[in-house]
Amino acid sequence: MMTIKEIRKRLDGGEMSCRELTTAYLDAVKRDNPALNAYILLTEEEALRVADAVDARRAKGEMLSPLEGVPFALKDCVTTKGIATTCASKMLADYIPFFDAFIWEKLREQNAVMIGKGNMDEFAMGSTGETSYFGPASNPHNLDYVPGGSSSGVAAAVAGGLAVFGIGSDTGGSVRIPAAFCGLVGLKPTYGAVSRRGVIAYGSSLDQIGPIAACAEDAALVFDAINAKDPGDMTSVGSEPVTPKLTGSVAGMKIGMAKEFFEVMSPPVREAIERSVKLFEKMGAEIVSLDFPMLRYTLSTYYIIACAEAASNLGKFDGLRYGYRTDAAADLDDFICRTRTEGFGQEVRRRILLGTYVLSAGYYDAYYNKAQQLRRAIKGEFAKMFKECDLLLGPTVATTALKKGSGLTPVEMYQTDICTSSVNLAGLPAVSVPCGFDEKGLPIGLQLVGPHFKEDRVLSAALAFERETAGEYLRASGMGVKL
Amino acid sequence: MFEMVIGLETHVELSTKTKIFCSCTTQFGGEPNTHCCPICTGQPGTLPVLNKKAVEYAITAGLALGCRINRHSVMARKHYVYPDLSKAYQISQYELPLCEGGKVTLSNGREIRITRIHIEEDAGKLVHQGNMALIDYNRGGVPLIEIVTEPDFRSAEEATEYLEKLQTILRAVKVSDCRMQEGSMRCDVNLSVRRKGETAFGIRSEVKNLNSFTSVAQAIGYEFERHVDILQAGGTVEQETRHFNAEDGTTTSLRDKENADDYRYFPDPDIIEILVPEEVLHRLEAELPELPDAKFDRYVKELGIPEDDAKMLTKYRPVSEYFERASEGVTQPKTVASFIITQMFAQIQTEAEREHWNPDTTAEQLRELVRLLESGKISRNVAKRVFTSMLETGKGAHDFLSEDDLAGFDPSQLTSLCQKAIDENPKTVSDYKNGKEKAIKALVGAVMRATKGRADALAAEAELKRLIDQ
Repeated sequence: MMTIKEIRKRLDGGEMSCRELTTAYLDAVKRDNPALNAYILLTEEEALRVADAVDARRAKGEMLSPLEGVPFALKDCVTTKGIATTCASKMLADYIPFFDAFIWEKLREQNAVMIGKGNMDEFAMGSTGETSYFGPASNPHNLDYVPGGSSSGVAAAVAGGLAVFGIGSDTGGSVRIPAAFCGLVGLKPTYGAVSRRGVIAYGSSLDQIGPIAACAEDAALVFDAINAKDPGDMTSVGSEPVTPKLTGSVAGMKIGMAKEFFEVMSPPVREAIERSVKLFEKMGAEIVSLDFPMLRYTLSTYYIIACAEAASNLGKFDGLRYGYRTDAAADLDDFICRTRTEGFGQEVRRRILLGTYVLSAGYYDAYYNKAQQLRRAIKGEFAKMFKECDLLLGPTVATTALKKGSGLTPVEMYQTDICTSSVNLAGLPAVSVPCGFDEKGLPIGLQLVGPHFKEDRVLSAALAFERETAGEYLRASGMGVKL
Repeated sequence: MFEMVIGLETHVELSTKTKIFCSCTTQFGGEPNTHCCPICTGQPGTLPVLNKKAVEYAITAGLALGCRINRHSVMARKHYVYPDLSKAYQISQYELPLCEGGKVTLSNGREIRITRIHIEEDAGKLVHQGNMALIDYNRGGVPLIEIVTEPDFRSAEEATEYLEKLQTILRAVKVSDCRMQEGSMRCDVNLSVRRKGETAFGIRSEVKNLNSFTSVAQAIGYEFERHVDILQAGGTVEQETRHFNAEDGTTTSLRDKENADDYRYFPDPDIIEILVPEEVLHRLEAELPELPDAKFDRYVKELGIPEDDAKMLTKYRPVSEYFERASEGVTQPKTVASFIITQMFAQIQTEAEREHWNPDTTAEQLRELVRLLESGKISRNVAKRVFTSMLETGKGAHDFLSEDDLAGFDPSQLTSLCQKAIDENPKTVSDYKNGKEKAIKALVGAVMRATKGRADALAAEAELKRLIDQ
């Protein structure tokens, strides 16, 4: 596992060409991907084309951008013109988009090298990566365990040394959960900081694109590459670059801890978090104890809103214009019904049904409307807490990674999002940073949540923590590229 | 003893250049699926960007119809499944529409209250070919406004008059061409029936997608009779949605209340709330042209134009513009009006031609002719004759005026010319005296011939009568 800085040192120092670097990653993917299932698609041709362009630019002595030549994995819910974009669904297994996502445009402008499209939970619906039509990805720290979801593939790729950074999407924790399970830094930016144009929607009012990286500085560099305001997304506002603002210090900061989180944590996570809190105090932060009574409503609120929006967003997949089509149908209704029944996996169908139900006449007030009220109340509680502190600290996930095929009930799976989904409901920025390992050697993630557009603050705190722990928790999986 | 109670929902396409959520053209027609893009065909990952112009047009429509403009409104998703709807939801407005509470006053003095006007996107179109159905998304995403009235109509005539007025007003403020035959104006009729004197409403049926005034009137007539028949037989009307069959003017059931759509509206998370800044509202108010009703009043009261003529002139925006241009610097605008109504409308007869109003004779040419008439250089008769030639050729008045025409006529000669005609036609004079009123026309003809048509025929007739009656 290498950082952007390390990669750039090798490239800039002339130690290796970008083509050599890219080839090394492609070879590693060919070797290790069968075990990790991190990539749905290897974009070899595209990667080598960009690599050669980078080498040519370097030879001409042109100014290189921060991510120039850096290999990365793109979650497969981000549309790439001419390159299959599947959302890990049978529905879109053969879908080739004819326009580019805004973030893909931004990453190409920087000549970052896309190695492939990352595996994921189908339509980003899942917390383990297991709902993918293309099979689950594995956790590079232990192949019997899940990497976390829904951005399972890009996290597995980065932790498994098959990409330097990854781009994920986070609707209720889908960047932070796999970052935590894989021992990586995952940033969920403020809602609106990164354009959603070209990101196949799950829960439109919650979805946000974010980087999964080996360290806080990498996450900042990637965030800065993609956080421009996009006139093609009305909810996009963009963000200031955060890299220049990273202080790497928490001295004098007030860090809030909601005691409700302690009630849900498993013992190893609790131990790691308590140890981390002491470290923050040691670094000069003041720890403030807070109440977050609304925590117990966040999962129901989140799942009602996310499913309502998902049911609406996924209505367009009817097989008429693109995507999977059923073979035989009696009439139009039957065609659409069969196409959707056959094309969507079980979890997607479950959430569509749930979402349709909560928006239906007679149930709207009891569910969707009530959830909107709760969402406002949750936002209000965060606002109140940020009057008392500069940052909130807690676990990213209450447990460490689960064993593959552990057969969770849907509700048990939904519990994985307990610490992360409230952040999406409030549209806040949050980072997951590695803070320990459990007895099986599986990573534990610490979540830092900031006020709107304070990505610099959450990343500064993450950086301070990394420095304090001297990278102790950034243990390499031993897989992937060896340079 | 029964009365009908009707409310209308009218969909009007706004004439913005681009669609409501993408930059595709809104032009009517075009090869199928050439006016579309990833956004209006609902490709995965696309996002709508609300067209500001569409919002402004809708506000203008609201202002013209006397609505209150909500400074804060919200776009919502309306879900239904149909192949021409590419996202399986239509982006519309639900709880917070852009405009509320307007009115249109009918010629019988009754006020029709407008409940709301909201903006939404149009759907594509299904084209049936043999046993295949093809989808054309060219129309998908064209901006629409839906204008909803209270149940204030009591007859088909009121409904069609309202629709005509709506058309005139929206055309006057240039937000829509309101062409029913091209589908840029469509109407749904909600009708219920009750016994006269009752205040409670009956159970209503809704007839969808009527695309001509005739269809609206026919559908209302058919539905009224259907409801009355049911009620008189002691039955109960079913609340349902019905389809109008243009071939025979009947309606048939589409779906009943049990199968009514559940649209599952909720605020569209992709579109930020619409906030109308004060200065935009002020600008749009200031830019609002004189509305047809106000124009009609001014034509009648200030310009002395007969009501029927004023009605025709204000019905078509381009005609009133033409009239006003032709009237610049003219003493008697009603002369201009009379030329337009009697001679031009006789030639330009179809609604479509009048809407477009692009005669070969320019307003400036008509103005020149009227000025010649007002300055006494030519007579009314000459002017009429010349105008006929102008309309036929598109040439100016001077191309048809001889020196004789322009020689003018000295009114002081009228008495002697009339006396001469009386003296030369004693038989005709005695016929007239014996009660044959029409005989006077022959004498007028003699005077006109003598002056090569330059005399004013009306003045000549009056003078002849005076001389004979002396």
